[in-house]
Amino acid sequence: MEFSSILFYVFGFCFVASSAMLVIARNTLKAAMLLILSFFSVASLWLLLEAEFLAITLILVYVGAVMVLFLFVIKMLNIDQSTIRAKFTTYLPLGIFVSLVVIAQIALVLSAGQFDLENVEEPARHIAGYSNITELATDLYTTYVYPFELAAVLLLIAIIAAITLVHRKDSRSKKQNISEQVSVQASERVRLASISSTKSKEPK
Amino acid sequence: MWQGFVDFVHQSLPWFDGGLAVVIIILIKGVTLILPLIIMMAYMTYAERKVIGYMQLRIGPNRVGPIGLLQPFADVFKMMFKEIIFPTKANVYLFVLAPILAFVPAIAIWAVIPLGQDFYITNLDISLLYVLAIGSVGVYGIILAGWASNSKYPLLGALRSASLLVSYEIVIGFVVVTVVMAASSVNLNEIVSSQSGGIWNWYWIPLFPMMIVFWISALAETNRAPFDVVEGESEIAGGTHVEYSGMCFALFFMAEYINMIMMAALAVLMFFGGWHSPFEGVPYLQEFFAFVPDIMWLLGKMSFFLFLYLWIRATFPRYRYDQIMRLCWKVFLPLTIVWIMVVALMTQLHLGPWF
Repeated sequence: MEFSSILFYVFGFCFVASSAMLVIARNTLKAAMLLILSFFSVASLWLLLEAEFLAITLILVYVGAVMVLFLFVIKMLNIDQSTIRAKFTTYLPLGIFVSLVVIAQIALVLSAGQFDLENVEEPARHIAGYSNITELATDLYTTYVYPFELAAVLLLIAIIAAITLVHRKDSRSKKQNISEQVSVQASERVRLASISSTKSKEPK
Repeated sequence: MWQGFVDFVHQSLPWFDGGLAVVIIILIKGVTLILPLIIMMAYMTYAERKVIGYMQLRIGPNRVGPIGLLQPFADVFKMMFKEIIFPTKANVYLFVLAPILAFVPAIAIWAVIPLGQDFYITNLDISLLYVLAIGSVGVYGIILAGWASNSKYPLLGALRSASLLVSYEIVIGFVVVTVVMAASSVNLNEIVSSQSGGIWNWYWIPLFPMMIVFWISALAETNRAPFDVVEGESEIAGGTHVEYSGMCFALFFMAEYINMIMMAALAVLMFFGGWHSPFEGVPYLQEFFAFVPDIMWLLGKMSFFLFLYLWIRATFPRYRYDQIMRLCWKVFLPLTIVWIMVVALMTQLHLGPWF
């Protein structure tokens, strides 16, 4: 067995095992950590497929940013496990129905015969010095430049919308105005009064 | 650097070829890099206490060994024999996982950092992105430590620090974009080799504001003063470290110092010409300094930045939390975005010796 296939099986096992444990984990934080592990396993599998840029982006975006915010929310919310478990059975029939439909869909797609090993060419190894990023950038900024720009504008709109939703004037907030504080003059804050020390009233 | 060793393995042990040889070569490369790194980290703690001591007109550690030189080892043994205490009702798995998750990424980053012309473990094509990606994993150590400790101060420290780290990561990402645009490569080796030829060819001149922004963000990323809100001794009594003792705490401590060394190395590689001599192309000085190995230049520049860490810590008081956030989102982020435009213009005009 080749060394890369050993790595493939190790990372594949990690991915499947962590995903399975993620579904059955009771602790939300533990489930989030298992999701991170499965992200890492997938990134390693992509590395084996010579898709380095995609693998690093997965870790950078999903593990480094999205899951951090996710954990943040989990920590801030005090999730009561018992109420969630009490409601679990009421959704059981719907859940079984949805999962059956999903399984049927996956079975239909996979049984169509286009995923057999014979139908898929073995990925060709690239020569040394082949740059994944150059290839990706050339495609992204020439052939697909308009979809790329559109996606960027869409994200910008989403950011602006999110900020305007949250950023309302609150009359109770005591926000400091830094430039006002910095540009303050001594004369605005302190009044120097000259009081002579000698002239005092004599006690009668 | 390791090429002789790799050739030796392949020639003298032909039956040894394939996967196992690859693993053993990687392991030996890793050990020869990590051991000096750990020693460097140990003496970084000594240097910190000594330098800050002299800055505050004290002497610092001077009892263990000559002028206190064995102090780091005394600290290591003390840490190793201390009891690890688990808080009541803490989640023990996550409690133990947290320091490991802080320490492992700090070490893993060094796989791609080139220390000399041919002195690196892997020459990854996307090494700078790898550094960013693995560096962003380190925040989990702090988040988990805060949550798993089942205590209030650690949770507060973790919340403050996690949002700080995520915010400053964005700034560092933008700074890295300017460097990548200047060097037109994401490979750290190529970024360094594009800065060859004397001190005037390094990127600190065209990217000067970015260098300042990077260094301040690096202070925040490594949770150092004046941005050490995760510990905040005077406010939350040590933050996420409150419940940790013995080797569990030592792992956090080591991760912090190794990250400091890494940030210093990154600053040198991106803005100060990496292992290049500052006198390249200068008539007499170039020959005079020709005997200095390239790694010494890198280490010399790194030690300046490491000294800067201590100098800043001894000088500035801790920032308030909202001031840190304001600095990141309202000052640094617009500045970096503007400078990306400037760098784009400079690369189009092929300005000076840099582009």
